[in-house]
Amino acid sequence: MSQQYPALLVVVPLLAALVICGAGWVNKRLCFPIAVAGLGVAAYSCIGLLLRVLDEGVIVYKLGGWDPPMGIAYYVDHLNGLVLVVVSVVALLNLIASKKSVAQEFPDKIGPFYALYVLMVTGLLGIVVTGDAFNLYVLLEIASLTGYGLLAMGEDRAPLAALNYLYMGTIGACFYLLGVGYLYIITGSLNMVDIARILPSLYQSKAVLGAFMICMVGVWLKMAFFPLHAWLPNAYTYASSAASSLIAPLVTKVMIYVMIRLILTVFTPEFAFNILAVSEPIVWLAVIAIVMGAILALGERNLKKMLTYIIIAEVGYMVGGAWLGNRVGMTGAILHIVNDALMTLCLFLVVGNIVHKVKGYAFEDLKGLFRKMPFTMCAFVVGALSIIGVPPTCGFFSKWYLISGAIQAGHYAFMVALLFSSLVNVVLFFRIIEIAFFEPFTDHHAHGHDHQPEPIDEAPLTMLVPLWIVAAALVIVGIYTGDIVNNIIQFAIPEGII
Amino acid sequence: METITSIKPLLAVLASLLVVPILVTSTRLPNVREAWTFVAAAAKFLIVLSMLPTVLKGTEIVYTVAEFLPGAAIKFRVDALGMLFALVSSSLWIVTSAYSIGYMRGLKEHSQTRYFCYFAICLSATIGVAFSANLLTLYLFYEMLSLATYPLVCHHQDPEARKSGRKYLLYVVGTSIAFVLPAMLISYNLAGTLEFAKQGFLAGTGSKNLMMLLLVLLVFGFAKVAIMPFHAWLPAAMVAPTPVSALLHAVAVVKVGAFSILRVITGVFGTDLLLNLHLGTLVCYIAAFTVIVASLIALTQDELKRRLAFSTIGQLSYIVLGIALLSPKGMIGGMTHIAMHAFGKITLFFCAGAIAVATGKKYVSQMVGIGKRMPVTMIAFFIGSLSVIGLPPTGGFFSKWYLVLGTLQADQMPMLIVLLGSSLLNAAYFLPIVYKAFFCTPEESMFENRIEEAPPWCVVPLVVTAVCSIVLFFYPTVFLNLATLAIGK
Repeated sequence: MSQQYPALLVVVPLLAALVICGAGWVNKRLCFPIAVAGLGVAAYSCIGLLLRVLDEGVIVYKLGGWDPPMGIAYYVDHLNGLVLVVVSVVALLNLIASKKSVAQEFPDKIGPFYALYVLMVTGLLGIVVTGDAFNLYVLLEIASLTGYGLLAMGEDRAPLAALNYLYMGTIGACFYLLGVGYLYIITGSLNMVDIARILPSLYQSKAVLGAFMICMVGVWLKMAFFPLHAWLPNAYTYASSAASSLIAPLVTKVMIYVMIRLILTVFTPEFAFNILAVSEPIVWLAVIAIVMGAILALGERNLKKMLTYIIIAEVGYMVGGAWLGNRVGMTGAILHIVNDALMTLCLFLVVGNIVHKVKGYAFEDLKGLFRKMPFTMCAFVVGALSIIGVPPTCGFFSKWYLISGAIQAGHYAFMVALLFSSLVNVVLFFRIIEIAFFEPFTDHHAHGHDHQPEPIDEAPLTMLVPLWIVAAALVIVGIYTGDIVNNIIQFAIPEGII
Repeated sequence: METITSIKPLLAVLASLLVVPILVTSTRLPNVREAWTFVAAAAKFLIVLSMLPTVLKGTEIVYTVAEFLPGAAIKFRVDALGMLFALVSSSLWIVTSAYSIGYMRGLKEHSQTRYFCYFAICLSATIGVAFSANLLTLYLFYEMLSLATYPLVCHHQDPEARKSGRKYLLYVVGTSIAFVLPAMLISYNLAGTLEFAKQGFLAGTGSKNLMMLLLVLLVFGFAKVAIMPFHAWLPAAMVAPTPVSALLHAVAVVKVGAFSILRVITGVFGTDLLLNLHLGTLVCYIAAFTVIVASLIALTQDELKRRLAFSTIGQLSYIVLGIALLSPKGMIGGMTHIAMHAFGKITLFFCAGAIAVATGKKYVSQMVGIGKRMPVTMIAFFIGSLSVIGLPPTGGFFSKWYLVLGTLQADQMPMLIVLLGSSLLNAAYFLPIVYKAFFCTPEESMFENRIEEAPPWCVVPLVVTAVCSIVLFFYPTVFLNLATLAIGK
């Protein structure tokens, strides 16, 4: 059984998606349990797989028994073992948390929604687990196409925003495909490890350079790396709560993973950092992404949209960290994939709870929420502190590695950008905390009088419990950062990077 | 140095943190809730006290929670300096809890549960700072304290509180992220550790200019110590209820800033390094400027709490100045001043709060003749002022004495003049209040000639702290011994 984990984690949700499609016609209430079961098995397999990788080292799983480079091989090491666990657990928690909001927001589309949801997670898990560059493209399209569908099921403006995303996303995927095509022409292989073995003799080839840059641009488009970010804010803002809290934490992070995989495995760090002299300008681009993300977020008067700009800044963190070209920076980038997925999930679940109760996410809708929804807002504060980077939440520790990496690389602009973004985050989040804490009292509160507190009107427990699990995870992951780095991430980075 | 491993420091930190859920659940039963606050305060104090004999023997108590990088762990170490600060803040929490009951109920404040909860969290963070073994742990609890104080500063939830809260966060969190965080990371990359060492972990790692940059970043970064120009948050934070101003903005929060700078000078850089590079003098002059200017501003303040706030700004810089003299006597003076000033200043704040509860008066100009109405309070105020000025028979005399000796030992005549001049200024802004309170003609007096004190929950704590100030004059040995142990000479 445990030998089949790599296949199970893709096949089970894939089949579950099919079954949900059918079940939706028979009885809508069947969809949710099937989805939970499918993603539950996937999460179980992912955790089992990570434990096996920790035990045995790299696992190669040949799909259908065909040998690579002809057949497709799934290739699991510490890097994607970790990302697999994050993706599957985040997807499962969000599925449970958003049950009530799905039932509230589109009661008549429950079947299609869950089918797309599970299919999208299949695609994301597949992208992470596969060791084949072309197979990655196929799964990328699965994840993207379902993503467009999910994002379009939202407010009035959602279809247009999703269409915009579809154009940009398709261009991004095409770029990636083009790059893979180049690679195939040059090396005659699609297997990542195989390509890495053939490439060293071709490092000077302009075609390899072209393939690399085209792949990178494609991946950057998909991850909304500034200035290729314009599709993201609207697409994520106008989507339904359930869809945005799935897609916002995962898609950008999975694309960061793809970028790191391309650097570390396909093109090798030797080529990416030493032969190409592009690290410096890319880190500068990341600096611009971080600063612009922070400034654009400052301009928003709407919680969900503000969060989307924070995601754009966070993408800058990870791209910059990965391209610093040293071990500490890379550690920071990989650690931030985990942390940022959890932080973003936490905050988007909070938005989900607020929308569920208040029916809005503009700043004016947040007035008095500390009275009304104290438990949700506590989790919000934890998430906010993590984004700001206050210890002992996990956001602090990945920021620690990123800044350390910047210092070691002598790239002080990146350090300043990270600090700037932390400071802006303080402003961003305390602005909201102020509104939620002060506003209802300014008109009728008179000092010295005991007034009746407003009644507590919290989100249901099915939404609160997953939210609190995530909030607690932010602190626990933070405290055990040392163990995660020493036992997992350390082995995910090749020894060549110092 | 002998060390033993024990979970006690963690327990001391958790004692007040774990009581928070209980406080929340007993919202409807205020008496039960307050009882639990006392239980937590007593437990915390006893845990701290139980470690005192060990520390006085010269043994250190360590406990590691989690290590995320070599040399950068969440780790506690109880040494003499930390013990000194922990003793002061945990003992004063008990007194302040009693006072809070009198003040909050006397003024019928809203959201009292929230108030007591965040107070408890603040104390956890304070003890955490006191027992930190490295810069990372210190930073962790420092930030926790900044954030936990925010709801207390903004307690009234009116536009003024909102403005002050904003200012408070901007100064305190802004500087720690912008200055301390990069300084900490640069230090870690230089030295490979953040563990406080006897002669500093930065010794022999970088050029003079780099050291100077790091020192300036760290001294201004811990803005809780309110060194100018990062002092403006403290007068603004006076919008908080008075017990908050008393314990947090005269003892816990601001002393956490001073304590952090102590740690920076002794544990991060080390006195030898700073002496060799002549960087102590730089900090001395920064602090001396603050001492004089803050005292001058205090003279002009009519609102009593604001006057006390500016006085606090000046007194905090005494601590920094004493340490930055880098002479043993000066350092003892700076360290004991943490304790002595705490007892004196908290008395003064309690008095200001008691006056507000009993008469509603907040301005010095409205307090003519108040000595006849509230004699006990004003006598306590007099004792508190003596302690802050540094006159016998109060504890404040000792710390001032050592500070003055320190300037002579370090051969810093300008600093001696600053200290003496500032003492005169202290007298000039406190004693007229006392004088006007007692000695005025019946026509001048603004109060009826009838004794009417604040409720006993308010008066007893301020009498206790005033008596403590006097007791410390006769028995300063505990704090002096701890300070002597801390400098290791």
